[in-house]
Amino acid sequence: MFSLYARRRFINGLSLTISVLAMAFGLFWLGWILWTLLMQGLPGMNASIFTQTTPPPGSRGGLGNAIWGSLMMTSLATLIGTPIGILAGTYLAEFGQRGWLAPATRFINDILLSAPSIVIGLFVYEVYVVKVGHFAGWGGTLALSIIVIPVVIRTTENMLRLIPNTLREAAAALGTPQWKVISFVTLRAARAGILTGILLAVARISGETAPLLFTALNNQFWSSDMNQPMANLPVVIFQFAMSPYDDWRSLAWAGALLITFSVLTLNILARVMFRQKANTY
Amino acid sequence: MHTLDTRLKRQNLLDILFRSITRLSAFAVLALLIGIIITLIIGSIPAIQAFGFGFLTSSEWNPVTEQFGALVPIFGTVATATIALLIAIPVSFGIALFLTELSPQWLRRPLGIAIELLAGIPSIIYGMWGLFVFVPLFAEHVEPWINEHLGTLPLISPLFTGPNMGISVLAAGIILAIMVIPFIASVMRDVFDVVPSLLKESAYGLGATTWEVMYQVVLPYTKIGVVGGIMLGLGRALGETMAVTFIIGNAHRLSASLLEPGNSISSALANEFTEAVGDLYTSALIELGLILFFITFVVLSIARFMLFKLAQREGRGA
Amino acid sequence: MNAEQTVTPKLIVKNLNFYYGADRALKDINLTIPEKMVTAFIGPSGCGKSTLLRTFNRMYQLYPKQRAEGEILLDGQNLLDKKQDLNKLRAKIGMVFQKPTPFPMSIYDNIAFGVKLYENLSSRDMAERVEWALKKAALWNEVKDKLKQSGTGLSGGQQQRLCIARAIAVKPQVLLLDEPTSALDPISTAHIEKLVDELKKEFTIVIVTHNMQQAARVSDFTAYMYLGDLIEFGDTSTVFTNPKRKETEDYITGRFG
Repeated sequence: MFSLYARRRFINGLSLTISVLAMAFGLFWLGWILWTLLMQGLPGMNASIFTQTTPPPGSRGGLGNAIWGSLMMTSLATLIGTPIGILAGTYLAEFGQRGWLAPATRFINDILLSAPSIVIGLFVYEVYVVKVGHFAGWGGTLALSIIVIPVVIRTTENMLRLIPNTLREAAAALGTPQWKVISFVTLRAARAGILTGILLAVARISGETAPLLFTALNNQFWSSDMNQPMANLPVVIFQFAMSPYDDWRSLAWAGALLITFSVLTLNILARVMFRQKANTY
Repeated sequence: MHTLDTRLKRQNLLDILFRSITRLSAFAVLALLIGIIITLIIGSIPAIQAFGFGFLTSSEWNPVTEQFGALVPIFGTVATATIALLIAIPVSFGIALFLTELSPQWLRRPLGIAIELLAGIPSIIYGMWGLFVFVPLFAEHVEPWINEHLGTLPLISPLFTGPNMGISVLAAGIILAIMVIPFIASVMRDVFDVVPSLLKESAYGLGATTWEVMYQVVLPYTKIGVVGGIMLGLGRALGETMAVTFIIGNAHRLSASLLEPGNSISSALANEFTEAVGDLYTSALIELGLILFFITFVVLSIARFMLFKLAQREGRGA
Repeated sequence: MNAEQTVTPKLIVKNLNFYYGADRALKDINLTIPEKMVTAFIGPSGCGKSTLLRTFNRMYQLYPKQRAEGEILLDGQNLLDKKQDLNKLRAKIGMVFQKPTPFPMSIYDNIAFGVKLYENLSSRDMAERVEWALKKAALWNEVKDKLKQSGTGLSGGQQQRLCIARAIAVKPQVLLLDEPTSALDPISTAHIEKLVDELKKEFTIVIVTHNMQQAARVSDFTAYMYLGDLIEFGDTSTVFTNPKRKETEDYITGRFG
């Protein structure tokens, strides 16, 4: 009896130790990666990163054009993807009780949510880049907005489902038409949660590289022309990191530091916001 | 009263309009998926006509003679994803166990967020960090050890003999594991959280240890959800591009050894697509994309189906 | 039941049946709701009292599998008629729910929201209407300095009075109250009950309550329901002091329920 008990205690202790180690293992990589980024990226961080364009090998320069291009494509993609995502998410949550469209869309959306982003790049290449004949900022924007849509749909639906039905009934009891109930009452009550989802979507596309490789490609110059190839941070980091030149590599590290901390800040911001929302409603 | 009637009529019209617009948006998602599939199929037609089924079994990849086969990248994709899961599943389980049962209450949220942040780091950062930090250490300290110890064992020795250069299928798999751990761990944590506390308490009440409660009560209860989470991680691992591209070496050579460089579908695309000349070359790459999309589609469908089953059981209040 | 001769009927329910999918939740209900009086529906939970209330403004139509059969006449017009415009109906019949449901907007906008659906008021008229409704709901003095603040920031009792103000701002003829005090503390409950007494001068009120003392305190007529049947209906003092049916007596004296 005692030995059985001792054995159980031992197994328990062992497995719990392993669990603690697993947790430490996860945190260890996070810490190591962030540490490396700081060590390698900070020396290259200075004002010229933001003001100068990407240099030819061997000369000094910055990432200004890439940062600008990333900002443009990310914000345009968010502007395009968000309304579609919110509308479709609204359909799933508010009108989706009957028929085949809602369950089918929900399923497909879940697939798109984790579909390989490089395939989305291929798709945009075939339907856009091939048709217009050259790489362009619009192509990158299109690919990124395809990634935004499913994220926004998912959060919109989830957040709308959290809104109690009594709120919808109360609005309906006044004789409110349904479009008003949804846009002025339910969507409004869910807005903090939906905004969180949008922030997470922005975070997700700010670091996406694969879908931009065949769409926006890159551009050495400062350009706001969405019909031309457009520089962007992820692709610049990719090209510079893979190059044999030290200047380029140190710029790549600076870019990596920049992108990681923007993405992490967005993530944390989104979570803080959502927490506040949970307290007020 | 007349104005009220026209007003109500207008509202009715707006209702119908609003409903149609949301419906159209939902439909756009379906159209998007169908569009992706059709586009990829059309793009692959030249390659399918040229190579037929042989595309899947040939390891030849020669842009000069225009002979293409997908075996090497498919093998690389499957091998890296398998390695990643072998490492990630136990670690993720440990993390989820820690977060649900062991962690003090005040640490749960920050640690949970830390794990989610690990998921938020862009994959290109993993790739870069892997190439410059992890691979050199791996070549210097780990690979010689593997060669010496695992490379001499019977049966598995071919898997573990090779050059000590760091760049390899194995290294790519390990980086991939670090990437998917947060995905799997957070699904597992969420799934464990839905276990009714009464169920756990009654097991604890019988005198079961934490491990016994987890392994014999919680895990069987949430089995479908856990597998769903793992499949979700597998989907990620199969489709991941940048992290693998930096580290796998991009060699179109079939080798049993995990220490040799190889190639995966996504990194072949990332490296070669913009430079591909000739319709057949491009088409072969698009067919690779189609194969990747098909594999991940199947895996993700299974994942969603399983998570859906769990949610359904929850809904019934089982 | 001599009271019935002296009052005007407002709502007449004839052979009403209600179904949740295949389940019959109301069985051949016949009932007359008198104008500018308070009518209470009582009975154990699941008896159908809320279901009956929700047929009066056809709230059940939000849900696909629910349907009602029979007639409910509002001033002689059948409101279950398919041709009846839902929004118009709901302008005439307001409703307040078990839990307070302030909309996620300011106190002022909460009340103006419903009014704007039916009337084009100048901003001065609207301000007057909001004030009128808040005064009717006995909330004006507490919120007049913070009309721009969010309605969700009020206390539970205040939120419920805000919802009453929102419902009467549209100037309905009938006010449906679905257990309006079940989520409130005793002091807020007393507030609301006093309010109901005031409001019946202008509105026909139907209240569902699980609290028999409340029904006795506020209502002029009482309907006792059980398992989808209307067991007894009459003026409140008769139902409570001298019930005709054994079941009603058992429920009221607490031998059951």
